[in-house]
Amino acid sequence: MTPLDRPSAAEVAAAVRSGERSARSFIEESLTQIGRDEATLHCFNEITAEQALARAEEIDAAVAKGEDPGPLAGVPIALKDNLCTRGIATTCSSKILEGWLPPYDATVVQRLHQAGAISVGKTNLDEFAMGSSTENSAFGPSRNPWDTGRVPGGSSGGSAAAVAAGYVPLSLGSDTGGSIRQPAAFCGTVGLKPTYGLVSRFGLIAFASSLDQIGPFANTVADAALMLESIAGHDPRDSTSLPTQPSAYLAALGEGVEGLRVGVISDFLTDADATIEVAVRGAAEALCAGGATVEEVAIPELMNALAAYYLIAPAEASSNLSRYDGVRYGLRVDAPDVAKMNAATRQAGFGPEVKRRIMLGTYVLSAGYYDAYYAQAQRVRTLVAEAFNRAYAQFDVLIGPTTPTVAFPFGAKVDDPLAMYLSDLYTIPSNLAGHPAVSVPFALGEGAMPIGVQLLGPALGESVMLRAAQVVEAAQATGVRGPVAMSEGSAR
Amino acid sequence: MTEIAPGWELTVGLEVHCELQSATKLFCGCANAFGQTPNTNVCPVCLGLPGSLPVLNRTAVEFAMRIGLALNCHVEPSIFHRKNYFYPDMPKDYQVSQYDEPINLDGYIELPSGTRVGIERAHLEEDTGKTSHMGGGGRIHDADYSLVDYNRAGVPLVEIVSRPDITSPEDARAYVSELRSILVATGASDGRMEEGSLRVDANVSVRRSGTTELGTRCEVKNMNSLRSLGRAIEYEAARQIELLEDGGRVVQETRHWNENTGTTSSMRSKEEAFDYRYFPEPDLVSIAPSAEWVTAVREALPPMPSERRGKLLAAVRSASPDVDEHAIADQIVTVVDLGIDALVVAAIAAGADGRLALARGANEAASRPEDARALKVESFVELLHLESSGKLSATQAKSVLAAILESGATPAEAIAKLGFEGVDDAALAVIVDGIIGANPQEWQRFVEGDEKVAQFLLGQVMKQTKGQANGRVVAELLALRKGA
Amino acid sequence: MTAEFTPEEVRYVAALARLALTEEEVASYATQLTSVLGHIDTIRALDLEGVAPTSHAFALENVFREDEVIEGLDRDEVLAQAPAAEDGRFRVPSILGEAP
Repeated sequence: MTPLDRPSAAEVAAAVRSGERSARSFIEESLTQIGRDEATLHCFNEITAEQALARAEEIDAAVAKGEDPGPLAGVPIALKDNLCTRGIATTCSSKILEGWLPPYDATVVQRLHQAGAISVGKTNLDEFAMGSSTENSAFGPSRNPWDTGRVPGGSSGGSAAAVAAGYVPLSLGSDTGGSIRQPAAFCGTVGLKPTYGLVSRFGLIAFASSLDQIGPFANTVADAALMLESIAGHDPRDSTSLPTQPSAYLAALGEGVEGLRVGVISDFLTDADATIEVAVRGAAEALCAGGATVEEVAIPELMNALAAYYLIAPAEASSNLSRYDGVRYGLRVDAPDVAKMNAATRQAGFGPEVKRRIMLGTYVLSAGYYDAYYAQAQRVRTLVAEAFNRAYAQFDVLIGPTTPTVAFPFGAKVDDPLAMYLSDLYTIPSNLAGHPAVSVPFALGEGAMPIGVQLLGPALGESVMLRAAQVVEAAQATGVRGPVAMSEGSAR
Repeated sequence: MTEIAPGWELTVGLEVHCELQSATKLFCGCANAFGQTPNTNVCPVCLGLPGSLPVLNRTAVEFAMRIGLALNCHVEPSIFHRKNYFYPDMPKDYQVSQYDEPINLDGYIELPSGTRVGIERAHLEEDTGKTSHMGGGGRIHDADYSLVDYNRAGVPLVEIVSRPDITSPEDARAYVSELRSILVATGASDGRMEEGSLRVDANVSVRRSGTTELGTRCEVKNMNSLRSLGRAIEYEAARQIELLEDGGRVVQETRHWNENTGTTSSMRSKEEAFDYRYFPEPDLVSIAPSAEWVTAVREALPPMPSERRGKLLAAVRSASPDVDEHAIADQIVTVVDLGIDALVVAAIAAGADGRLALARGANEAASRPEDARALKVESFVELLHLESSGKLSATQAKSVLAAILESGATPAEAIAKLGFEGVDDAALAVIVDGIIGANPQEWQRFVEGDEKVAQFLLGQVMKQTKGQANGRVVAELLALRKGA
Repeated sequence: MTAEFTPEEVRYVAALARLALTEEEVASYATQLTSVLGHIDTIRALDLEGVAPTSHAFALENVFREDEVIEGLDRDEVLAQAPAAEDGRFRVPSILGEAP
């Protein structure tokens, strides 16, 4: 059985709301699946089985009383372990936060709870969301359900793999430079990064505050839209939250792409694997067949985004991660004075990639380098946003690959930070501009691994972008409908 | 330019941190309160817990605007930056502060002496927590360990940075005193230096008289009263002058004022370098007050102390044209500072004696300022009339005023209660004659012109009347008998 | 000019960032960060005179909360998370320097 043969989130919710099946039965099924494959896949840092079963019983009791527990009633979900959950360890896959119990829930966690969703656990990630493979997790990497010798992508690798493995129909990740879309592409799931400010960041442990955004993983575009509806919308606790109410993303689906103007970003095709270029062209043809006009467009400014990103994100991160100093929570390594204690704690608590980025970020903000690096990167950010806006004057949706390659084997890039950073080449521009983008599995590439096609939209253009994504999804190759390896219990 | 020492001039710029009296902190809903049990006014935001985000307090912004406008600044569109450095009293290990785009720019204060001191900026920022040093006599360097309380972390501050226009310790004190009065008048601050809600750092430098280039400055911290501010500046200036006269050179650094030793000492710790790595705070958006908002705040500002001092002086002068303005300057400042000027001005307008109204305002009323602000003008005027007409002695009038401030009674009720109905003149004459008869030698000296003995005779009368005799009437009776 | 991360700079930056790096790490970060900076350097060469810097994706203004007290956290819950606490406060080793 592949994940798509399982009920979708919408089907689970419908069955629970109508009383046809209990929430408890869905949670038990999810926990059974996790119990079978988790030793191999390591998607989770913590599985909250007891809390999930207790919550399922509450939902079932509510249904029995004739109440409606919400649009995600009884849907098992998984939360990236950088989302704060009250009383449940939230580690960012870092030793520095081991044992910390947040005294509050993130806004998205509250909203999903109110919508009736049930979290079964906290998923693994690259430490503090810094990485593209989960190899930077302090608790060991997650594995790709399609091929356990390959990475699931990152940083939200655990959340992507949990959906791909059929543990849960929905999960949440966070995307700072591609951390939802890249693992979605690597694991053959749908991964959506919403417009910056559409989903509250309150309770998301910050990596780079001006770029971070929470979004869903799902098996289908429709399920991703369903989850987005539950988490989107203004939050007074996040000053950068947009003053908008979410649209009816789900209702807009199915309207097709007749008359839409689609631009294929030609700059994204030059460095991508040949099979990936073929996939993007195939997806463009599907949109064309659906009635859209499709043209190639060059946006060369986007190619400077990577360099700008690797200045801005580490700079913000270096500041965001200062608070892990051994004083108020988390790890402390004792030392005779407070400065030495800070330094010893941080040295022991952070892994090599986190330290590398803190170093880089501290350096580019330090006196004498600010203008040459940080301010210059912010100007490039302006150019990227302006270039996108010019393109969106001509096109409703842009399309390109999500990643230059399919999922790579463990260890392939771990010693070469620059090579690892390049896997974010096509996802970063949307983060700099604050625009939405979604990765949709479309074909199989090298090693029979899934290829993700990326659809990009202008600010708050989720509805139209998701309509186009659904048309692409409808044309996807058959083998893309879920990994067979794990579900048959025979890791390759 | 006045010299601080022969051949030397002083230049001082002051940085004043003022805690705002908003109900809550700058970026979270925790109570902004002084003296609470440690770590009871804390939440994920002000503790800097992972995942928390700041949201700006509208009232704190409005208070900052009030302060800026009261200091004659322009209110500008502004943003927050992060100032990055590690310190255990700072929960995020960065301070959210305004850097190169502050909310208030370019104003000035006019001191009562007429000197104008420029204000470079007045910006918003968050306060830090408090550390207590345990063991080693509570001093930071000798402590065994420290304890941190984050109740104060995130309390809104406005930092007011003066231009280096101050040239004497006296002006520095006058500047802070005037600034304090203005801050209190805006309602944005309680102005309490002893509780730390007003904290002053001084940038001090000296230069040879007649030269124009400013000397290297040192920043002096930890002065917790106007008096220590003056002393610290004097000491620091003398230290720098001695250093320079000995052929040495001033090192730009931060120095700590020690109240007990009366000296400043370097705070620099050898290993530490500070590079604040300022960058725009990504978690907060810009503040862009509309013209309407700025106008509304400006129009709602009460009259500032300088204006009120002018009005009060004019009122006193109109009622008492021969008043020595220099002599009453301190009383004017006190009355305005304590907010009793409205009472005094109204009393004068109702016909009270100008100098008397001011004196009672600056002395007796000043010791109970809150009650004085609530006192009915009629009561105050009635009391002043009783005193100026001689129906109450000065001593009696002071007691009656104290009583009505304390109890809220009318002057008549207080007089009755205190038994100050007065000794009538005929009875007083009998008493005066009795005193003369009982003290023949003193009386003789008085008659011969020894004025000092008049005090003795007056004292005897007061003793016998238990202080209820009107001194002026007694003096008249004695003069009458001496002449007879 | 190509940026180079010298071991000396690595040590300076590590001190600012409060990281007690090993000598091995100093050497490897010097090499790796020089290589990353080499890539990033391409944007230093761009002539961006007159381009305004972007610090936020969207230019929101005047986002405020009202000045109303909201109950905070329970002190015991907060201090239970602390590596060391005493007398209702967070305990830290001695502090050598005054706050700047």
